[in-house]
Amino acid sequence: MSVETEQKTIELIILRQEDPDSKPYEQNFSIPYRPNMNVISALMEIRRNPVTKEGEDTTPVAWDASCLEEVCGACSMVINGKPRQSCTALVDKLEQPIRLEPMNTFPVMRDLTIDRSRMFESLKRVKAWVPIDGTYDLGPGPRMPEAKRQWAYELSKCMSCGVCLQACPNVNDKSQFIGPAALSQVRLFNAHPTGAMHKAERLTTIMDGDGGLAQCGNSQNCVESCPKDIPLTTSIAALNRATTLQAFKNFFGSDNTA
Amino acid sequence: MSTNREYIFRRLHSLLGVIPIGGFLVAHLTVNWFATRGEEAYNQAANFMSNLPFVYFLEAFFIFIPIILHAVYGLYIAFQARHNTKRFGYFRNWMFRFQRISGVLVLIFVSWHVWETRIAAALGAEVNFQMMADIVDNPAALIAYIIGITATTFHFANGLWSFAVTWGITVSHKSQRVATYVSAGIFLALTFIGLQSILTFAGILG
Repeated sequence: MSVETEQKTIELIILRQEDPDSKPYEQNFSIPYRPNMNVISALMEIRRNPVTKEGEDTTPVAWDASCLEEVCGACSMVINGKPRQSCTALVDKLEQPIRLEPMNTFPVMRDLTIDRSRMFESLKRVKAWVPIDGTYDLGPGPRMPEAKRQWAYELSKCMSCGVCLQACPNVNDKSQFIGPAALSQVRLFNAHPTGAMHKAERLTTIMDGDGGLAQCGNSQNCVESCPKDIPLTTSIAALNRATTLQAFKNFFGSDNTA
Repeated sequence: MSTNREYIFRRLHSLLGVIPIGGFLVAHLTVNWFATRGEEAYNQAANFMSNLPFVYFLEAFFIFIPIILHAVYGLYIAFQARHNTKRFGYFRNWMFRFQRISGVLVLIFVSWHVWETRIAAALGAEVNFQMMADIVDNPAALIAYIIGITATTFHFANGLWSFAVTWGITVSHKSQRVATYVSAGIFLALTFIGLQSILTFAGILG
């Protein structure tokens, strides 16, 4: 009769990096198994006891997390080759060893922590909001049909997690492509009855300068990867149509401001 | 690059691929196919093409200039991508990659093809059935032609699919899926026509 069954472990291989300029390296970890863990709780276990699989002391792995319910996007990382949120990556459903890497299409700050500022800069660039501020009360805006609201809700689920940018072969160090997330927001805010008052401006923005809508190469990895199932490629194709019309209006017409 | 140009260049690139280059490709493959009706029929068709009125103008503005613009900007686009089919092995991502690989292959193939036929003609050679038969008499050249033709028809057919997306014709997922089937059909049909012709020149068919 065996006195003790072998203790179950979780094996992890984590791609680590000291700071934005240093070279990444791999480190192996082996932590005690508990049922129902997610990648975050595995990382917390490493933080509690920062020792590598080989038994050497190391620094705790740095990562980002906030909401822990897949609505904030902060904990996104590459898990077993696919970018996704680590809070909803359940250890029991992952193949081991679990490989964790930062989403390196963004600047890597340390270990799994990345700087997603470019996503927020992009939202500012395309004016992804409904501008209503002014010096007096503008009164109620136009109503939105319920069916359209429900449709637009799907697009509004975007949490700027950056997974679609990580998956896109055209978002890289050689290009300035804005990426699918902000483009889909243009479609969302152009669909809003009040937001549509700045429709032409948003469309012209994504046609202007480098890295706009036109750099989409239709690899469609974004729509396959989006954790919120946002129809990103449909948004891009719809914007292709809208900008085609806008380009003709801008060049031939005189009613091109709205 | 200065502002407000990339969108126009990309759209021009997309348009040129279909009009006139795609149109020319279909016309070219059609003329080639006369080879399957015999040497006489092919020489007559080739003769008709080379004796079209304003032929130098047509060649320059409907063939050479569009192809050069499409090729130069296409290379810029192709080398901007960082391929990730290993991690994201989805069908469309492979098509994205093949479109760029085939584009480079077609550029090499077309440069060689123009050198051997059009430039040879300008230097005095006569373009006829015998010329092509002599070229593909060499098995290596025949293999190069088979690869070149297939890369060209693929690049055109898959390019038609992305043309429809780029111009906002196929927006919905469903229409894009149907367009995939249509472009696959076009690829198979044009490849069949092209390969049938080249194998006839090589004396393997017909």
